[in-house]
Amino acid sequence: MAEKKVSTASNALAGVVDWVDARFPLTSNIKNHLTEYYAPKNFNFWYFFGSLALLVLVMQIVTGIFLTMHYKPDAQEAFASVEYIMRDVFGGNIIRYMHSTGASMFFVVVYMHMFRGLIYGSYRTPRELIWLFGVGIFLVLMGEAFFGYLLPWGQMSYWGAQVIVNLFSTIPFIGPDLSEWLRGDYLVSDATLNRFFAFHVIALPLVLLGLVAVHLIALHEVGSNNPDGVEIKALKDKKTGIPLDGIPFHPYYSVKDLVGVVVFLMVFAAIVFFAPEMGGYFLEANNFVPADPLKTPAHIAPVWYFTPYYSILRAVPPIGISQFPGVVAMGLSVVVFAFLPWLDRSPVKSIRYRGALYKRWLTAFIVSFLILGYLGTVPADVWGQFGAWMGKADRATVVARVCMAVYFLFFALMPWYTKRDKTKPVPERVTY
Amino acid sequence: MSDTKHDANGLSFQPPSDVDVEKRKFLIQATVATSAVGVAAVAVPFVGSMLPSERAKAAGAPVEVDISKIEPGSMMTAEWRGQPVWIIHRTDEMIAKLDAHNSQLSDPNLDVPQQPEYCKNKDRAINAKYAVMLGTCTHLGCSPNANFVETADWDGGFVCPCHGSKFDLSGRVFKGSPAPTNLVVPPHQYLTETTLLIGEDKKAEA
Repeated sequence: MAEKKVSTASNALAGVVDWVDARFPLTSNIKNHLTEYYAPKNFNFWYFFGSLALLVLVMQIVTGIFLTMHYKPDAQEAFASVEYIMRDVFGGNIIRYMHSTGASMFFVVVYMHMFRGLIYGSYRTPRELIWLFGVGIFLVLMGEAFFGYLLPWGQMSYWGAQVIVNLFSTIPFIGPDLSEWLRGDYLVSDATLNRFFAFHVIALPLVLLGLVAVHLIALHEVGSNNPDGVEIKALKDKKTGIPLDGIPFHPYYSVKDLVGVVVFLMVFAAIVFFAPEMGGYFLEANNFVPADPLKTPAHIAPVWYFTPYYSILRAVPPIGISQFPGVVAMGLSVVVFAFLPWLDRSPVKSIRYRGALYKRWLTAFIVSFLILGYLGTVPADVWGQFGAWMGKADRATVVARVCMAVYFLFFALMPWYTKRDKTKPVPERVTY
Repeated sequence: MSDTKHDANGLSFQPPSDVDVEKRKFLIQATVATSAVGVAAVAVPFVGSMLPSERAKAAGAPVEVDISKIEPGSMMTAEWRGQPVWIIHRTDEMIAKLDAHNSQLSDPNLDVPQQPEYCKNKDRAINAKYAVMLGTCTHLGCSPNANFVETADWDGGFVCPCHGSKFDLSGRVFKGSPAPTNLVVPPHQYLTETTLLIGEDKKAEA
């Protein structure tokens, strides 16, 4: 009798869990995805960025919900309602800065996450679908950022949207009608703002959540890659069937990720409180001026996370009178990531066992990406012009064209140089 | 493949042997086709709802502009369909210089139909004194800035702040600009000597 009394509380809880388990796979899901999901034990800091992306997604949704409580998606009121949030709503400035900083940090985290996949070959068999879902997430995220950027209805919002929607008018035949349909008017207007709001707060977030779910389901089906690119499922404990190099995600990686979360939040809070505009890179100065359809700002630049692709758009010269080639090149520069699993023919996955050839190409790609990113933030004549011998071309445009060539050659030549590369032998077990 | 199937309770059952497979196939196809028509019909209001509304179309109606107060050598900006429309009062000197830089232009003879037929002439205007054009760059839709100050190699014109496209006082684009074509001349007509109607020409009226 006495023994029974001591454990009633836990017995009651166990009873509830049993009751739920008979009706919903609670315990089995916790086991499959957390306590008995075995991840390689050699994760390094690059593996923080997946869970950090999830954290930023949750923050964006929560701060976004609170912003919609005060924001007005109306061309007459939008700009003022954002200023109202900033000045009159209690905590409104912090919530708004969390959302705007979150947008930029989302891209920081996702770019790191993608780079991790790149260097450790996480897109290779059997993880092609995880990668494709990830590319989908990246595309939707770009859409989210673009639609969201119109909402404050500042000058940069307005003219940025104008430039991007006009990209669609360059599509042969259907272009002009298509962009009119996208805008719902002959110019970016209240109708455009209203629908971008709908896309930003409900349509794309639903798609994003769906993609994140299938990204994780696919990951937990095949298991995580690791810095050695070794398949841990190849060597399992004969008795338990658990991979020899695997450790349960919870508590090992849930606790480790918490360290990453703390460091990330320190950086995040520092930006929100001390530099929310990040010198014009996270929030552009021109966006503190209300949208004016009759006056273009002196210099239009997209937010930093779009600038590499924007540089490529600018670098491609028109063919005849059509801007379409530049638009195609820009689209391709984003979509090309989806082809990586089939372009990489190396016998090894991780950069640790690749040869010098691949490392050189990867370095050239990253340098080109960064230069293109910088050039997209500045006017095309930032470095002046070449002399008459180069037809007085803008120096920056020529550099952007060279970088664009390297960018695409990194992908186009990958089947060749990854096969030809001198790789090192891959160990049987992970190293750490 | 065995014909034996199991239902949820683990009981086996045989599919009836007298199934008309052809009929079943036809019914499936007919159902899919009919549903597709239904889906397409339902899509019409949704896709159509994103087109410019009646109100937006009404707001796109032609506008009347009084041009009597523009000083020679200066310009005004009117608004039509939310786009800036420039009306430039060109001096005789300005008009005289238009031909001088033809060799530096991408399309000096107006071969690309960026203007109504009645403006496809030397001055790109109904009345040479007044040039009328949309103030949106043909590159990516920014609004170029006026720069009428003449220098040794600049006869006055417009420079786009976004990507540096250059246009002359007839809105014709200079070679080497990212903008592929001349600025658009909207349909327009003179109601009186000093009143312009932008957005509608005489042809449309007739």
